[in-house]
Amino acid sequence: MIYRETGQFKTTYASDQQLFPILQDRVFVIAFLVFAFGVMPFIASEYMFRAILVPFLILSLAALGLNILVGYCGQVSLGTGGFMAVGAYAAYNFAVRVPDLNLLVVFILAGACATLVGVLFGVPSLRIKGFYLAVATLAAQFFIDWLFARVKWFTNDSSSGSVSAPPLAMFGHPIESPAQKYLFVLAIVVVFALIARNLTRGAVGRAWMATRDMDVAAEVIGIRPLTAKLSAFAVSSFFVGVSGALWAFVYLGSWEPLAFDVNRSFQLLFMVIIGGLGSILGSFLGAAFIVILPLALNQLPTKLGIGLSTAMISHIELMVFGSLIVFFLIVEPRGLARLWAIAKEKLRLWPFPH
Amino acid sequence: MTATARNLTFAFFALLVAGAVSPMVIGSARFPQWLEVALGGLLTGVLYSLVALGLVLIFKASGVFNFAQGAMVLFAALTLVRLMEKMPLAVALAATLAIMFALAWLIERLVLRPLVNQEGIVLFMATLGVANFLDGFGQAVWGSQIYTLNVGMPKEPKIILQGTFEGGVLVDMEDLVAAGIAAALVAALMLFFQKTATGRALRAVADDHQAAQSVGIPLNRMWVIVWSVAGLVALVAGVVWGSKLGVQFSLSQVALKALPVVMLGGFTSIPGAIVGGLIIGLGEKISEVYLGPAFGGGIENWFAYVLALVFLLFRPEGLFGEKIIDRV
Amino acid sequence: MKHATRMKAAAFALAAAGLLGAAMDAAAQAKEIFVPVLVYRTGAYAPNGVPWADGFVDYLKLVNARDGGVNGIKIAYEECETGYATDRGVECYERLKSKKPVVFNPLSTGISYALIDKVPHDHIVLITAGYGRADSVDGADFKYVFPMLGTYWDAADMLVQHVKKKGSLKGKKIALVYHDSPYGKEPIPVLEALAKSEGFELLKLPVTHPGVEQKATWLQIRQQRPDYVFLWGWGVMNSTAIKEAIAVSYPRLQIYGVWWSAAEPDVLPAEMAAKGYNGLALGHSAEKDNPIHKDMIKYLYDKGQGTAAKKEEVGSVLYNRGMLSAMLTIESIRAAQGKYGKRVVTGEEVQWGAEHLNLDAARLKALGVEGMMQPVKTSCMDHAGVHKARIHTWDGSQWSYTSDWYESNSKLLRPMIKASADKYAAEKKFEARDCSKAM
Repeated sequence: MIYRETGQFKTTYASDQQLFPILQDRVFVIAFLVFAFGVMPFIASEYMFRAILVPFLILSLAALGLNILVGYCGQVSLGTGGFMAVGAYAAYNFAVRVPDLNLLVVFILAGACATLVGVLFGVPSLRIKGFYLAVATLAAQFFIDWLFARVKWFTNDSSSGSVSAPPLAMFGHPIESPAQKYLFVLAIVVVFALIARNLTRGAVGRAWMATRDMDVAAEVIGIRPLTAKLSAFAVSSFFVGVSGALWAFVYLGSWEPLAFDVNRSFQLLFMVIIGGLGSILGSFLGAAFIVILPLALNQLPTKLGIGLSTAMISHIELMVFGSLIVFFLIVEPRGLARLWAIAKEKLRLWPFPH
Repeated sequence: MTATARNLTFAFFALLVAGAVSPMVIGSARFPQWLEVALGGLLTGVLYSLVALGLVLIFKASGVFNFAQGAMVLFAALTLVRLMEKMPLAVALAATLAIMFALAWLIERLVLRPLVNQEGIVLFMATLGVANFLDGFGQAVWGSQIYTLNVGMPKEPKIILQGTFEGGVLVDMEDLVAAGIAAALVAALMLFFQKTATGRALRAVADDHQAAQSVGIPLNRMWVIVWSVAGLVALVAGVVWGSKLGVQFSLSQVALKALPVVMLGGFTSIPGAIVGGLIIGLGEKISEVYLGPAFGGGIENWFAYVLALVFLLFRPEGLFGEKIIDRV
Repeated sequence: MKHATRMKAAAFALAAAGLLGAAMDAAAQAKEIFVPVLVYRTGAYAPNGVPWADGFVDYLKLVNARDGGVNGIKIAYEECETGYATDRGVECYERLKSKKPVVFNPLSTGISYALIDKVPHDHIVLITAGYGRADSVDGADFKYVFPMLGTYWDAADMLVQHVKKKGSLKGKKIALVYHDSPYGKEPIPVLEALAKSEGFELLKLPVTHPGVEQKATWLQIRQQRPDYVFLWGWGVMNSTAIKEAIAVSYPRLQIYGVWWSAAEPDVLPAEMAAKGYNGLALGHSAEKDNPIHKDMIKYLYDKGQGTAAKKEEVGSVLYNRGMLSAMLTIESIRAAQGKYGKRVVTGEEVQWGAEHLNLDAARLKALGVEGMMQPVKTSCMDHAGVHKARIHTWDGSQWSYTSDWYESNSKLLRPMIKASADKYAAEKKFEARDCSKAM
């Protein structure tokens, strides 16, 4: 009853094309942002910030990037972990070699490096597709892992190959406390989500989706597959690269290539598919699901006072996690975002569904 | 495929072969070493083929890219090794096989049937879920220690051709026996697919689901059968790898090793899985031993993928893949 | 609708139980010292992680059961599964941090690296007994990090000392087969320095995680025929290495593992064929008959309260190492109590305790671990406390010591530690402590 757009008339094209055409959506999003920026920093515990919110936001950003590639452009990639690593190591090198560079500039440059590498490894997508492409992007994953483990220049000759980020600061203000880190990451993620949302609505996004839905038809109506696919790889890798830099700088602090191994790629693909292919919201929902579920499963038995051994808890965690993935895929193969959309649709008609 | 692309492919592989064979030509003293590496690579390749075979079987019949194959290998090996503590080998083998068949039936019932007609990527993700489940389940039931699986494989290597070359050529007997087993399995599968009614039905399903169904082939049962066969392949792979490495969690990682193989050989070709495995195994070992030192080592992991990738760029349908005219 | 109501009720009950549990945790905290236990009991490294974790937890249990805690203060502990993954380790750290822990033992070089940056802010001590970052021996730069018992740089130096005893290393070849991670790469700078001064050639052969693919590595070893192979592996990589060594007929006598590559799970899969394989023993090997083990059996296992699945695991190499790690943790707490009073001490106070640890021979005997480790004396300058180890060899069924004690060459290592630690401080932009002024 509350969620209904009756009476909201669009009198200009601009208002018809705005980001959230329905008033209630707008209110909800704004309220949510106010909550995230204004209320959350005061109520969340340190554990909440450091172990849940920050990793969730950073991985959402990576999932967002991957969703642009897989969900909007239809190019399956298993090299996301590698592109994150490129972002992380590029950021490290810029930060260490060019001291006093603004942190945002560092992250943007890191994203740019990831873009270059992403486009390079995106070239095979012009010849091969589907699972073959997915496996081909694994080449990127393994090559990049190896590169950062082997070439000492990238790790500033660190004897162990592990590098650690310099202290974070923006315009002279240190970013140290968990709440500061959270706000910093949140601000970046919101900006990127906005960019993604607008890109996917625009001409570029339509070209991606056309390529995804039927590449031959897309070509016929004048969309160049080369530009469409490579631009998707570029934008996606930029997002992923920035998230890799954030993951390394803000969450881990100190890392090695193993932090971006192939399991990370699979984890991100999980997020995108569970969350919903081709949906900005889905990237966030998927990330929340994949980040929080294992932690919740892991802590639940202890919280409930069930005396299970750590090993058994971990095994059960794996089993329940696997089963839930299958369960959600069966219930709604188009992801959590689709469930959300159905709920909204129902809400519109409620309480008179007929 | 254009003539240039074909020529380029040939040129690439000619270069590769030249690089691989060069130690043989340059100095005869290094030839036995090269032979050892090549042999080691080929034997490892056979083991890769074994896992790839499981992948291809399932992909052919049900269009599922089964990432759980690695987890199935681990699960089969764990089950076998723990059952062997309580019963003789033959009984344990039979029991494990029965469990793998039950597993195949369960997967078909609980995972595949509800997901029928979904996109490939969704099915792929579902098998990742299955892999997670099996990893947890196997360890919860059977434990996560390292177990020694002793099925009587020879452990000590043999030195052959000592008369021909100084120092002889070392052959890993365990790998040789493993390769023999793999070859026997492949031959048996070939017979099964070519000669039996069920095999023919499976091939029909692989060619065209709807056509197969319309002539009365029960799709569901075929899927159970093919997953059972994949379970059998997993068991054999588990025995071979488990006896080599000990039965432990990392066995599930061998699935990753099979990916470049299927990429090279094509997802739908059994001979492709075998030849692809051999090429990848050979390429990996030769590159690691002869190119590795120049790069600081550890290159075999990505080299296999790059090898397959470069090949695919020139020949997108893979080694023996079906030629589909699809140029975009 | 009824179904939905029931679900809601269940969810409510769950949440309430969670809250209750949290409240109870908080109440229990006040009178106990909390020691978190990061473990990996599942995944690729579980075979090695499990005995370590069992030993660690058993010691904490023993302190509570036998002594009623440390000076009357009970030890509370909680396990957290990391799976040897850095991000899970960091999550565990954040999760357990709320319980006011005093000491973390991460049991992973990767996690140690990630936590080293975090512990100074949170005032929590990080004990990395036998692993971790080699330059953290320097307490001036690494105030809260204690690589007790020895680092990988010590290990590399001592292994070279051992093989040098068999004849000059000039013109010899040593191959380092290492886990391609910070753990495996740690010894490289020292080995490179030694290669220069001793005149041997160092072959570096990385093995990718998890280490099941080593055929090419060992074929290279067969071709190059190095005089010695140093094995720097963990988990399944060790047993695979030994099996591949057998498959290329490389003599096991010439293989030397670091202390993490020389335990039962590493040699058992290869069984008799591993005979002659050597490893560095971090003070202890498999020892089952010390007073401490008898206490374990008496106070825990006879009452059915042991952590290990089988009683036989008590006293195995990694079990002992976990046990000693827990002992160092407890002794650091005890030392802190000695200065600050017999109460629940804080992380800062335990830092003082860990820095002024003095376990002499008499104390070790009283603890029931005589012969399992050398006396430890830490200071601001030396957070390791001891730099000694000896070699033990697998005879097909058990480990036995085959060498005297070695002590790492501080003339070589000290400057390297200093340089590396200073570089860390410069990168992190902080001032080192002045050790002469540290109390």
